[in-house]
Amino acid sequence: MDAKRSSPSYLYWLFCQFELITCSYLMEPWEKVLFYSFNLAMLGLLLYTAYVCLAFHLSSALQLLWSLLGNPRENALSVVK
Amino acid sequence: INHIVHNGALYKRPFNEAFEETPMLVAVLTYVGYGVLTLFGYLRDFMRHWKIEKCQNATEREEQKDFVPLYQDFENFYNRNLYMRIRDSWNRPICSVPGAKVDMMERVSHDYNWTFTYTGRVIKDVINMGSYNYLGFAQKTGPCQEAAAKVLSQYGAGVCSTRQEMGNLDKHEELEKLVARFLGVESAMTYGMGFATNSMNIPALVGKGCLILSDELNHASLVLGARLSGATIRIFKHNNMQSLEKLLRDAIVHGQPRTRRPWKKILILVEGIYSMEGSIVRLPEVIALKKKYKSYLYLDEAHSIGALGPGGRGVVEYFGLNPEDVDVMMGTFTKSFGAAGGYIAGKKELIDYLRTYSHSAAYATSMSPPVVEQIITSMKCIMGEDGTTIGRARVQQLAENTIYFRRRLKEMGFIIYGNEDSPIVPLMLYMPAKIGAFGREMLKRNIGVVVVGFPATPIIESRARFCLSAAHTKEMLDTALKEVNEVGDLLQVKYSRRRLVPLLDRPFDETTYEETED
Repeated sequence: MDAKRSSPSYLYWLFCQFELITCSYLMEPWEKVLFYSFNLAMLGLLLYTAYVCLAFHLSSALQLLWSLLGNPRENALSVVK
Repeated sequence: INHIVHNGALYKRPFNEAFEETPMLVAVLTYVGYGVLTLFGYLRDFMRHWKIEKCQNATEREEQKDFVPLYQDFENFYNRNLYMRIRDSWNRPICSVPGAKVDMMERVSHDYNWTFTYTGRVIKDVINMGSYNYLGFAQKTGPCQEAAAKVLSQYGAGVCSTRQEMGNLDKHEELEKLVARFLGVESAMTYGMGFATNSMNIPALVGKGCLILSDELNHASLVLGARLSGATIRIFKHNNMQSLEKLLRDAIVHGQPRTRRPWKKILILVEGIYSMEGSIVRLPEVIALKKKYKSYLYLDEAHSIGALGPGGRGVVEYFGLNPEDVDVMMGTFTKSFGAAGGYIAGKKELIDYLRTYSHSAAYATSMSPPVVEQIITSMKCIMGEDGTTIGRARVQQLAENTIYFRRRLKEMGFIIYGNEDSPIVPLMLYMPAKIGAFGREMLKRNIGVVVVGFPATPIIESRARFCLSAAHTKEMLDTALKEVNEVGDLLQVKYSRRRLVPLLDRPFDETTYEETED
């Protein structure tokens, strides 16, 4: 098959595939700007929500796991209940 | 699903047809692409309506804005917002004879395909994979051209009359006798236009009180002729003999819808090769059904005449059947003979009836004499009556090209529809952006292909259609295959999930060993 492409041109090729699948290859430049900014805004929102909420969920899940493993601790978990 | 029929009683050779299913991920992504384009289409329509953007498409006049809207249905929406974006892959002007290589005029668009301007440059020697030039008779030199030039200097170009009035030349009589001899039937009649042959003669054959059973994917000319005739039309699934038999049985048992009288005539409309799918009709089974249920068969051999069969006599010869079993054989001269026009052939009583009652004979201008001579010369060449074996060699070359090209494409991993022996090769693309991208990338690499989307195909099954020709040498095919491979990797259109094991006996590859490490 093809030789392994270098990293920047591989990323560019991946970007071209994204363009083809979402049909932004066919759009005029201002439509592309609109589409990409909408996508980036959605992605940013998703990442922010994940950053804010994930830490809390992960820590509470880890504490539950820790307590189930036989180290009962009187901690915030009983208050959370 | 691969249909390899082992019914040795009807089929004398294996019937390999495959229509691989659309992969689920590809279908979902295609819908995503169409969804995005639809949203942007609504946005653009909104902007055009509120005059934020200049409206360049056709709209109603100011005074007519309160009437019933003309341009609000889906076809017009698709036209404005989706077709316009990829329009540069169609209607490309060519400026030479459409042989194996063709010259194209280069054009650019500065306002996203609403208008085009010619740069003045001519793209030379584009490998032509789009013309219906199956036997390579689209030539500007050679015996056909010389004969046509001689007839042009003798008869002129125009006939200035219809067949029934003063337009019946001796050349037409000669051509009709030749066509009848070529097909192995009693008599034939020719018309100036292939589309008009279907649409004007089916109304002369059937009328109200008759039943037409037509295949799902029949050509627009057959559909138009069927609708114009006024008969009842029922559709059976594409190439599906169980569906056809069920319809026949229902028709005979129940008769006409309200009165329950028996149908006056039952006519089955099928095509030899379907041009969008590349599939070949299951003719032995259709003829067996026709004989069992006493109906008539109308076979449209537009693409298969000259292209199938060891002698180029079409799909009837390909299956080894008797031409007298088919009641009405229709075909066109546009595809394999390098001319224009159509014919209908069959029993003498049928053709004599059509000479009087066909709309095309009474109202359409008859064929131009140089075109008639081109058909006569090319048909004699195929039959071998001009003393050479060029015709036979061309038919064989087309068959070899077909098998080689199809096998190589399948090995590369593309989804190819259709029968193994049909010279029409549809390569599935599915996504709308890839339609435009494929056409443009192939033209950059000097290969001209035809890409097809909605409404000629279902909306997610868009494809690129290759038409092979006897004029393509194996070097041209190898070049084309290399470029298709490259573009396929670039665009990621190799969707097939069944990789065929490449056969080691490639009879045409003595000089192309360097191509094997793909």
